[in-house]
Amino acid sequence: MADDKEREGPDITVAEFHKKIKDAFEVFDHEANNTVDVREIGTIIRSLGCCPSEGELHDLIAEVEEEEPTGYIRFEKFLPVMTEVLLERRYRPIPEDILLRAFEVLDPSKRGFLLKEELIKYMTEEGEPFSQEEMEEMLSAAIDPESNSVHYKDYIAMMVIDES
Amino acid sequence: MGSGTSTQHHFAFQNAEKAFKAAALIQRWYRRYMARLEMRRHCTWRIFQSIEYAGQQDQVKLHDFFSYLVDHFTPSSNHERDFLDRMFTEDRFPQDSEMEKFGDYESIEVPDNYTGPRLSFPLLPDHATALVEAFRLKQQLHARYVLNLLHETRKHLIQLPNINRVSTCYSEEITVCGDLHGQLDDLIFIFHKNGLPSPERAYVFNGDFVDRGKDSVEILMVLFAFMLVYPKEFHLNRGNHEDHLVNLRYGFTKEVMHKYKTHGKKILKILKDVFCWLPLATLVDEKVLILHGGVSDMTDLDLLAKLDRHKIVSTMRHKTRKENGKQVKKEEANQKSSAGRPTPWFLPQSRSLPASPLRLGSLQAHRAGRSSSIPCGAPRDAKELARQVRRSVDLELDRCRQQAGFPVSWGEEEASPCTPEADSGAQEPLEPTQEEWRQVVDILWSDPMAQEGCKANTVRGGGCYFGPNVTERLLQKYNLQFLIRSHECKPEGYEFCHSRKVLTIFSASNYYEVGSNRGAYVKLGPALTPYIVQYQANKVTHMLTMRQRISRVEESALRALREKLFAHSSDLLGEFKKHDADKTGLITLSDWAEAVESVLHLGLPWRMLRPQLVNSSTDNTLEYKSWLEDLAKEQLNRENIQSSLLETLYRNRSNLETIFRIIDSDHSDHVKARFQGHLSDIGHFSFFWCTR
Repeated sequence: MADDKEREGPDITVAEFHKKIKDAFEVFDHEANNTVDVREIGTIIRSLGCCPSEGELHDLIAEVEEEEPTGYIRFEKFLPVMTEVLLERRYRPIPEDILLRAFEVLDPSKRGFLLKEELIKYMTEEGEPFSQEEMEEMLSAAIDPESNSVHYKDYIAMMVIDES
Repeated sequence: MGSGTSTQHHFAFQNAEKAFKAAALIQRWYRRYMARLEMRRHCTWRIFQSIEYAGQQDQVKLHDFFSYLVDHFTPSSNHERDFLDRMFTEDRFPQDSEMEKFGDYESIEVPDNYTGPRLSFPLLPDHATALVEAFRLKQQLHARYVLNLLHETRKHLIQLPNINRVSTCYSEEITVCGDLHGQLDDLIFIFHKNGLPSPERAYVFNGDFVDRGKDSVEILMVLFAFMLVYPKEFHLNRGNHEDHLVNLRYGFTKEVMHKYKTHGKKILKILKDVFCWLPLATLVDEKVLILHGGVSDMTDLDLLAKLDRHKIVSTMRHKTRKENGKQVKKEEANQKSSAGRPTPWFLPQSRSLPASPLRLGSLQAHRAGRSSSIPCGAPRDAKELARQVRRSVDLELDRCRQQAGFPVSWGEEEASPCTPEADSGAQEPLEPTQEEWRQVVDILWSDPMAQEGCKANTVRGGGCYFGPNVTERLLQKYNLQFLIRSHECKPEGYEFCHSRKVLTIFSASNYYEVGSNRGAYVKLGPALTPYIVQYQANKVTHMLTMRQRISRVEESALRALREKLFAHSSDLLGEFKKHDADKTGLITLSDWAEAVESVLHLGLPWRMLRPQLVNSSTDNTLEYKSWLEDLAKEQLNRENIQSSLLETLYRNRSNLETIFRIIDSDHSDHVKARFQGHLSDIGHFSFFWCTR
C-alpha cells in the first residue's frame, strides 16, 4: 500500500487506519464473528504495509492474543495494537537498494548471481530459516533453470513490478 | 594470539553476522511479498464468489418479478392470456400422453453421413464407454439418440425412491463427485484417474451437472448412460441447477438450443421432466448422507422420502395463479404468517433490497418457529409499505379490469377472480405443499456456516445457513456418521467443517478461471473413511508458479469487477458527488471505498482492492469523473452505443437474456430482433424495471 500522507489531523488518520485494518481483517474472518485464525495474522499485518521479521511478528501476536491463547485473535484486541503500529510506522518495508545490497553480501565475489545450492543454504540455515515449502516456492520463481542460479538483480526487479 | 588472529576472528565473525543479517533481510522481504500474494488470492476469491452469488440473488429477484406479474397482470385478450399461460403455467408437469409426444424420437432420421456415436437400447457398458470416447473426440450425439436416451432415463428414474440407498457390501468402494457444471474435461479426467463405473466401482454424482460450462449436454449423456447400464451402482442426486428455470439463466438452455437447433425444444421439454425425477439424496450404509446443498433445522428425512418429488418442478419460487390466489387470501387474513412476502422490490416506493450479502451478522432473520428458507430480507415496516403499494396497484388493476370488461372487486380478500384456465382440458394437478417445497429447497440450496443456529440464506436467495448444532442434531436423529454435500466451490476442491461432520466436495476444477481452484472427489470404503483425491484438469497451471497463477486468476476477477463497476456508473457518479459537496471533482480514496460498497453491495474489502482498481494517486484523492471515463473506455471499445444504454444493458445482461429466452417461444434468435421494434407489455415492464 502506498504511504498515505497524513492529512488534516491525527483523528482522520486514525479513522482511516481503522477502516483499512478492518477491511484486511475481514478478509480472513471466515465465520463473520470478528475473529481470525492466529496463523493468518502475519498475512494481515504484512498486507497492511508492514514488514516485520518473524521475531517481531511473534511479539506482536503475543500482544494481541488472549491470556489463555485460543488459536483465534479477536478484532477488538487487534485493532488498537495495529493502529499503533501504523501510526508509529513500525516495520517499514525494505527499500530496493537495501535488498540488493543484502544479496550482494551473500555474493562477495560480485558475480551477479547466486547458485541454487547457495541460495538454499542461506535461506534454510541463516537468518530466520525458510520452511521447505517457502524454499520451494522461492526457487520456482527465482531460479533460472538453464543456469541453475538466481540473477538477483533481475529477480528483485521482477518482484517489485509485481507489487505495483 | 596476536592481534592479527583476533582481527581475523573479528572479521570472520563480522562476515558471518553480515551474512546472517542479509539472509534475515531477504527472508523478511520475501515473506511480506508472499503475504501480499496470499491476500490478493483471498480477495480474488471473494470477488468471484460475491459476483456469483449476487447473480443468483438476481435470479430470484427476476423470478419474484414474474410471479408478481402473474399475480397482478390481468390479460385483456386471448392472445395475451395464451402468452402468459404458456410462460407461467407450464410449470405443471406434463401428463404421460404429452410426454410420449415429446419423447417421440423414432420418427427422427439419422442421416447416413452422421459419424457420431450411435446408441441402441437396452444400453450395454460398451455403449457408455464408447460415448465417453466419442465426446473426448469432440463428437456430438445425434438428437434422436439424445431423446431416446432421455426417454429411457426417465423410465428408469421414475422407479427410484427419493433417497437412493447404497451399500458398500456390493461394490467395495464408492466414489462421490460434486459439481461438474458442464466441464467435461473434469469428468473424463475422473474416469481416467479413478476408473470407469463398474459393478465393483460405484459412483454417486451429487448434482449440478449442468450450466456454466460448455459441455453440459455431453455430461448428462454420459451420466445417464452409465446409470442405465449400472443401475445398482451408479447414482445421481438432483442439484439446484437441475432445474429448467435456473438453466434459462446459467447457460444450459442456451447450450442445448445451440447444439440442437431443430430438436432442442423437444430435448429441453423432456429434460425438464427428467430433472424433477432425479432422486434427492443418497444414503450409504445408512450412515453417510449425500445431498447437494445441505440441511436445515427442519429437515425431515421421512417427509423427504415420502413426498412426490416429481411435483417439485423448480425450486425457484413460483405458484400457479389459482394456488396463488388462495395463498394471497390466507396471508392477508393471517397476520402471523411468518416471513411474510417481501416487498416487491421493483416498485418505485420500496427500498427493501437485502443488506450487503456477506454481512451475515447484521441480518435478523424472522423465523417464527419455522425454517427460514424463504428469502426474507425485508424490514418489518415494509409489510405496511407492501400493503399500501399493493393497494395502489390493485386500484390501478381494477381500472384495467374495468376497461377489459371484468367485474371490479374491492378489498384484499379476493384475489383476481377469474380467469378460466386457458387450456380447460387439463385438470389442475396436485401441487407440492409449502412444507414439501421448502424441504426440497433446503436440501438443494443450503450452505454450512461456522456459527451455531440456522438462518435464511439471503446470499443465494434460497435455503438456509446451517450451523454445527443443526448438523449434530440431524446426524443424531437419524443415526448418521457424516454428511457429504457440494454446491460451493472450494480452492482445494474439498473442505471439511463442523468438526469433520460435513464434507464439501466440488469436482469442477478451474471453475472461476484457469488456475482458480482444484477439483476433488472422495472415495468411501466399507469403513466409510473418506479418502480425497484432488486434481486440476489443465496442464498449463502446473507449470506456472503460484505468483503467475494468482495473477491470471486475479486479472480475470478484476475484469469482472470492473465490468460490474462500469454497469453502475450512473449510480456511482451520484454517490461520488455526494462526497464532493464543494464540487472540486475530487474525493478521498476512503470516500471512494464507501461509495463503491454502498452502490454495489458486494461486501468486498475495497481498501484492499483499491490499488488494483484505482491508479495510485499521489495525494490520496481521486478524480472520480475521469476514473469512470476510464472504466467506460475499457468496456466501450468497439461498441457504438450510447454509454448510458450500454451501462444499463450490461447491468441487466443476464436478466435480459433470461427474459428473452422466456419470451421467445421458439427459442430462436428472432425475438431479439423483434424486441427492438415492438415492445410488448411484458417488454414495457421489463424496461421499466431495468431502467429504474
